[in-house]
Amino acid sequence: MKHLLSTADLSRADAVGLLDAAATMAATQDREIKKLPTLRGRTVVNLFFEDSTRTRISFEAAAKRLSADVINFSAKGSSVSKGESLKDTALTLKAMGADAVVIRHQASGAAYTLANADWLDAPVVNAGDGTHQHPTQALLDAYTLRRHLAGPTPGTADTQATIGRDLAGVKVAIVGDVLHSRVARANVWLLRTLGAQVTLVAPPTLVPVGVGTWPCDVSYHLDDTLREVQPDAVMMLRVQRERMSSAGGGFFPSPLEYSRLYGLDARRLALLPEHSIVMHPGPMNRGLEISADAADCERSVIVEQVANGVAVRMAVLYTLLAGDPGLDTAAGGLLDQQPPAGRAASATPPAGRVARDAPLAGRVASVSERIETPAAPEQGLDTAAGGLLDQQPAGRAASVSERIETPAPAPNERPSA
Amino acid sequence: MTTSYLITSASLLGERVADLLLADGVIAAVGTGLDAPADAVVVDAAGLVALPGLVDLHTHLREPGREDAETIASGTRAAAAGGFTAVHAMANTSPTQDTAGVVEQVWRRGREAGFADVRPVGAVTLGLKGEQLAELGAMADSAAQVRVFSDDGLCVWDPVLMRRALEYVKAFDGVVAQHAQEPRLTAGAQMHEGAVSSQIGLPGWPAVAEESIIARDVLLAEHVGSRLHVCHLSTAGSVEIVRWAKQRGIDVTAEVTPHHLLLTDELARGYDPVYKVNPPLRTQADVDAVRDGLADGTIDIVATDHAPHPREDKDGEWASAAFGMTGLETALSVVQATMVDTGRLTWADVARVLSFAPARIGRADTGPYAQGRPLEVGEPANLTLVDPAACRTVVPEAQQTASVNSPLRGRELPGQVRATFLRGRATVLDGAVVEPGLATTGSMSAGAGA
Repeated sequence: MKHLLSTADLSRADAVGLLDAAATMAATQDREIKKLPTLRGRTVVNLFFEDSTRTRISFEAAAKRLSADVINFSAKGSSVSKGESLKDTALTLKAMGADAVVIRHQASGAAYTLANADWLDAPVVNAGDGTHQHPTQALLDAYTLRRHLAGPTPGTADTQATIGRDLAGVKVAIVGDVLHSRVARANVWLLRTLGAQVTLVAPPTLVPVGVGTWPCDVSYHLDDTLREVQPDAVMMLRVQRERMSSAGGGFFPSPLEYSRLYGLDARRLALLPEHSIVMHPGPMNRGLEISADAADCERSVIVEQVANGVAVRMAVLYTLLAGDPGLDTAAGGLLDQQPPAGRAASATPPAGRVARDAPLAGRVASVSERIETPAAPEQGLDTAAGGLLDQQPAGRAASVSERIETPAPAPNERPSA
Repeated sequence: MTTSYLITSASLLGERVADLLLADGVIAAVGTGLDAPADAVVVDAAGLVALPGLVDLHTHLREPGREDAETIASGTRAAAAGGFTAVHAMANTSPTQDTAGVVEQVWRRGREAGFADVRPVGAVTLGLKGEQLAELGAMADSAAQVRVFSDDGLCVWDPVLMRRALEYVKAFDGVVAQHAQEPRLTAGAQMHEGAVSSQIGLPGWPAVAEESIIARDVLLAEHVGSRLHVCHLSTAGSVEIVRWAKQRGIDVTAEVTPHHLLLTDELARGYDPVYKVNPPLRTQADVDAVRDGLADGTIDIVATDHAPHPREDKDGEWASAAFGMTGLETALSVVQATMVDTGRLTWADVARVLSFAPARIGRADTGPYAQGRPLEVGEPANLTLVDPAACRTVVPEAQQTASVNSPLRGRELPGQVRATFLRGRATVLDGAVVEPGLATTGSMSAGAGA
């Protein structure tokens, strides 16, 4: 996998591998010292042509916890506002030596263009392009769904028991402005790839013409869907108030009518199965698509989604920058530096799994090694970093590596990328 | 002194093999075993199809105003290389072709360039603003003799204004060529609205936005008894409406572009703006319908909508890129690939849809500069020789047009224009453009093996 542009490009193995990597990353985030040396000396550019505080901060936190240098490039106050093209911006970033570019852009396809136009060699992560895709949002949603719904007791969060799992049989309702939503598009394809059953619920004006070709069901009635489908999760989409006043008199008559027909409130919450969870990509319009009762209820995982976002973005950056097959030599180098023989033996996966074409999940195994490997002096890592790493409680670290060992991939599963 | 040409063994409209003698700007003789006059250049056309010089009813030459994209000289060189001897230059220049002065200037620059007749299209409304009629009569009476009026790129949306335009041009046998696009249904539209647009998240340009305007316009044309031409029709529904209108006796003609005969909206998936065009590439069902419509005569002509753009206008994210693609140098090959090689049209039909009919719609088929005339003795020597057996790979950088936004880059296409004659002057010989004023002597081979 060279870039992450669209969830439609991900195979099941890719997706499960990324979720497993995210689980590994999340485990490290329980530590007192959250920072890992993995991407030391690498530069990640956050290229944001569109306002986004939440996603940008999440990517920034993810990159920094992997010790990457982060450059935030926002359209406002940059040369972009002086009319610099996407191409010139890309050439500038290339000249500056960006190792990865995270792009948010108001134009659908901008990430695709940046990745495929020969302007840049670096991996590109789509952080939201127009009304097309927002793959890391979908991955963090899938990660959250898996934690809560793929374990032995649906409704109980369990990271460890769900590693290696997909979302087979999980029913998800995505409710709201599907037409303008890159979150909905990203989720429909990813959740489908992971085996979930998705039902989109929206007024007909907010469903795109052509939705019949999407791998999901579509309903215009929220109450019916909640009653008949009994979804395991309800994902509410943000409705922008300006949609009301657009050309043609707006997409729906009034906020009141919208929330009456499509808002999630306490009454509708009661229609859901006991174990179901409530999700929202944020920022919420409380009182429009979701009531405070629903947003703050105990089934709500909305705040957890934000935390999971950091782990998922760490996993994505790790996979693209360090997990690339072309970097296996470097990874091998780190592996060789495992000092305590016993630990190395327990953490090193069978030889075949670290081969150049190893599936993602196999490569994930090497995450733990790198995480746990004290920095080698010849790598230029300073002793401070090593010292920090040494402070990790040994028992905890070992348990991480054991967890990582669990998802041995089926031999025939190969990432498509 | 003009050079005479003896074209030997050409297949006239693909129907019969004959020699053609071109002298003094006209076809001086047609027959077999013609003797070459002493000063004539002999062009061996064995294996080649002779067609009347092609006439494009829909070309953007960009001059005046956007000479960075195309000039009248470069655009007409491209036309000649594509087998055209006349192009209708659309009005969306800067300044707009909405006065007698501007259209005369464009017409004159075409004469000076000498590669193809440039017939300016006049704007319907002042500055293409859709508010007030331009001086249509003055443009019609000018040296440019404008007969086709269009706000192409923009739709004459106001139904009252459209009605007035349709009525007004009757005085000089003009025609309104409508770019059918309901503006409110297409605000911000980027591509065909359907499965692909829903998946890749680009704002849709629904078929109904084209069809509703065509339906309105044919009814208006019927009501006021006027002639209507529908530009670049692109949907199955549009074909149905035009078919219905013709059955009803409404005086409507319609064109389809080569790209709408060949390409679909699936190409947008890679977000390469070279495939961004207005009207947008549609679905395979639409492609099939416009092919059917062209084959059964519902669609009268093929017109290129040749729309050159400088690289910077196509080099970025889809939404910020310009609409349009080049087409003059590939149109005939696309028609051959989609319609002739598939058995849908004969070469005589190609002569009809790319020469006779467009010339007639544009009223370019009479007078001293008549175009789209049969290959008969006494007719102006406007013709092109095409090698249908040739196969070529499209290399935009190697084309005559000043822009490289061809959607066919790297594609293999059948057919190659070997020679083009404009009133007896070779504008293309041996597949290469011939500068004006260069006398040719000796024998040339334009044959398939050349």
